[in-house]
Amino acid sequence: MTSNVIADILSGTILFAVPLMLVALGGMFSERSGIINIALEGIMVIGALFGCLFLSVVEASGIGAAYSQLWVLGAVLIAAVTGAVFSLLLAFASIQLKADQTIGGTALNMMAPAIAIVLTWVIQGQGQSTILIPSWVRITQANFGITAGNGFLERFIFKSLFLTTPLAFILLIVAIVALYKTRLGLRLRSCGEHPQAADSVGINVYKMRYLGVSISGFLGGIGGFAFTVAAGSGFQSSVAGYGFLALAVMIFGNWKPLNILGASLFFALFKVIGSYAGSIPFLPQFEGIKSAEYIYLMLPYIVTMIVLILTSKKSRAPKAEGIPYDKGGR
Amino acid sequence: MKHKYHKGLINGMASLISIVMGLVFGFALLLIFNPRYALPGFGNLMSAGFTSSEKLAKVFYQSAPLLMTGLSVAFAFKTGLFNIGATGQYTLGAFFSLVAVVQFRLPWWAGILLAMVGGAVMGFIPGVCKALFNVNEVITSIMFNWISLFVVNLSINNMPLLLANAWGAINKDRTAALTSPKFVAYNPNATIPKAGLDQLLGSNYMNIAVFIAILIALIIWLVMNRTTFGYELKACGYNRFASDYAGINAKRNIILSMTIAGALAGIGGGLYYLSGTAQYTIVKSLLAMGFNGIPVALLASSNPLGTIFSALFISFIQVGGDLLQPEYSREIIDIIISVIIYLSAFALLMRGWISKLLMRNQTENVNEELDDSSASDDAAESEESAK
Repeated sequence: MTSNVIADILSGTILFAVPLMLVALGGMFSERSGIINIALEGIMVIGALFGCLFLSVVEASGIGAAYSQLWVLGAVLIAAVTGAVFSLLLAFASIQLKADQTIGGTALNMMAPAIAIVLTWVIQGQGQSTILIPSWVRITQANFGITAGNGFLERFIFKSLFLTTPLAFILLIVAIVALYKTRLGLRLRSCGEHPQAADSVGINVYKMRYLGVSISGFLGGIGGFAFTVAAGSGFQSSVAGYGFLALAVMIFGNWKPLNILGASLFFALFKVIGSYAGSIPFLPQFEGIKSAEYIYLMLPYIVTMIVLILTSKKSRAPKAEGIPYDKGGR
Repeated sequence: MKHKYHKGLINGMASLISIVMGLVFGFALLLIFNPRYALPGFGNLMSAGFTSSEKLAKVFYQSAPLLMTGLSVAFAFKTGLFNIGATGQYTLGAFFSLVAVVQFRLPWWAGILLAMVGGAVMGFIPGVCKALFNVNEVITSIMFNWISLFVVNLSINNMPLLLANAWGAINKDRTAALTSPKFVAYNPNATIPKAGLDQLLGSNYMNIAVFIAILIALIIWLVMNRTTFGYELKACGYNRFASDYAGINAKRNIILSMTIAGALAGIGGGLYYLSGTAQYTIVKSLLAMGFNGIPVALLASSNPLGTIFSALFISFIQVGGDLLQPEYSREIIDIIISVIIYLSAFALLMRGWISKLLMRNQTENVNEELDDSSASDDAAESEESAK
């Protein structure tokens, strides 16, 4: 029994770490280029909306079950592209028009769920506010032609496996290589630290910042989709504050990809422990207190706060983030 | 430096332009989604708040907490901090006020004071984390939004007196209805006085909360603009290190401004949940009222006096938005508000245009003056109107 619970916790941790990590990585690209992207929550919603709409169209036309993972890949791509397009609104306001970045981001955060609800109503009819996710999205043993077992490894791998999980690890590696091993990555980082210096050696700061924000939209869109399939109950025009959590994970991860991976796993672990607390034998159960589950639900937030306070000395944000780049300024 | 005098006017005009453009965009949306109802729908949206005194009462009722959370965000903005934690502060404030009137049987004003304390606590923590440990206040606020929500839910579940089923109702997922006969017999002073306004407007929703909120906005404006304390807070917002160098205790001021911002949002929670018409429902998602404070503050360019108008405006079109259903979903309002906020992000640009326009008028007038002295009256007039 215990091994089953541990397998469930571990697989749940990875499941919820994936969207956090993707979105935080997105935020990292944006902030490393110098734009504070507080709109991650909204970008996630937009990505999830269009990804899920695509899946429901496929499901409705009855061609879903065959090539199921190909359709999921299509949905991921759509989520990524729509997320990137939506993020351009932030880029335009904060780069082209030099507007306050938190204001633009807040507007997008407010706009996205509203667009999602309005569009869902228009497409599905009045009051139909949930887009159901087809069951074939999850990868099962059947996809590989193996018979289903219930051992530790099977549970760990197949309890909740989605295409987004392996994809996320590929994207993580791509992100690390892109940020640290390519000319583009170096240029992007320089724009977040000292845009004037970057400009003086011929780097187009505006272009780099557009790129950074679009990457954050791309990854944020995928993250939103990954969260929605992981949460399981269909898309209801919300990603439950995960965009803001990803922002916290990004700061917690000190704007570095591997640290972000660690931070998202850490946060997700405590989150999952929080929701599984009732079935973990060695945790105190607080008998005599009603609704004690709230104590465990608080856990990830409190632990993150403590870690943040302890590690805050080392925290270092990109120097030029949040400041609009003005060619004429010094 | 004549154009300095126009600053308030230019800000106001920029906000007005954003509002008009946002509304035009909203009308376009209505046309796209359901052309047949677009015109009456838009008419409803723009006039609902005035059509009946009952609706007007609803506008005032919702604007009180909105104004307080907006003021909270605006206050923090002015001091260079982004208080995204208004939701958590609002939630804890609401809880403290309910504990005061239910558990301790205190009158409503004591409830509001305790709400202020509750909100202040939730503002104090991010302030300390920022000032002493250099943890970004945005992330702390986000974490404490959830922590306060869960703390409040846990506590309410464990305080049987607070729940509605202790007072003759059957549901136990929400707090006591303060106007139920059984509760009124227990604590008749629990709700915010209506001062006859409910009869004047013919609505239960009406009480003096909105006037309390406006009064607080005036006080905050005075503190920010007419006291040394306010000046120091703003100075820290402009440049923490420069003000430190000038002998202002920046750390203390960061903690103080977050605490005050928290207190303001907390009062909002008290004003809403002691109205007698609202019951706190136990859910696992953050209350939207705190987040709605952000657009209120942004639309007002963080000016405390401006928040009065922007809170009333947002409340007004929200009441109008309820009438959009069932032809449209009411979230179209949120799109309109977010478009307005998005456009107001261009405020800098728009302010530039407007002041250029005003300046050009002035210089033209000056030229005319040189040509013909009789034109000087026009110049004086245009300056008057510009002010």
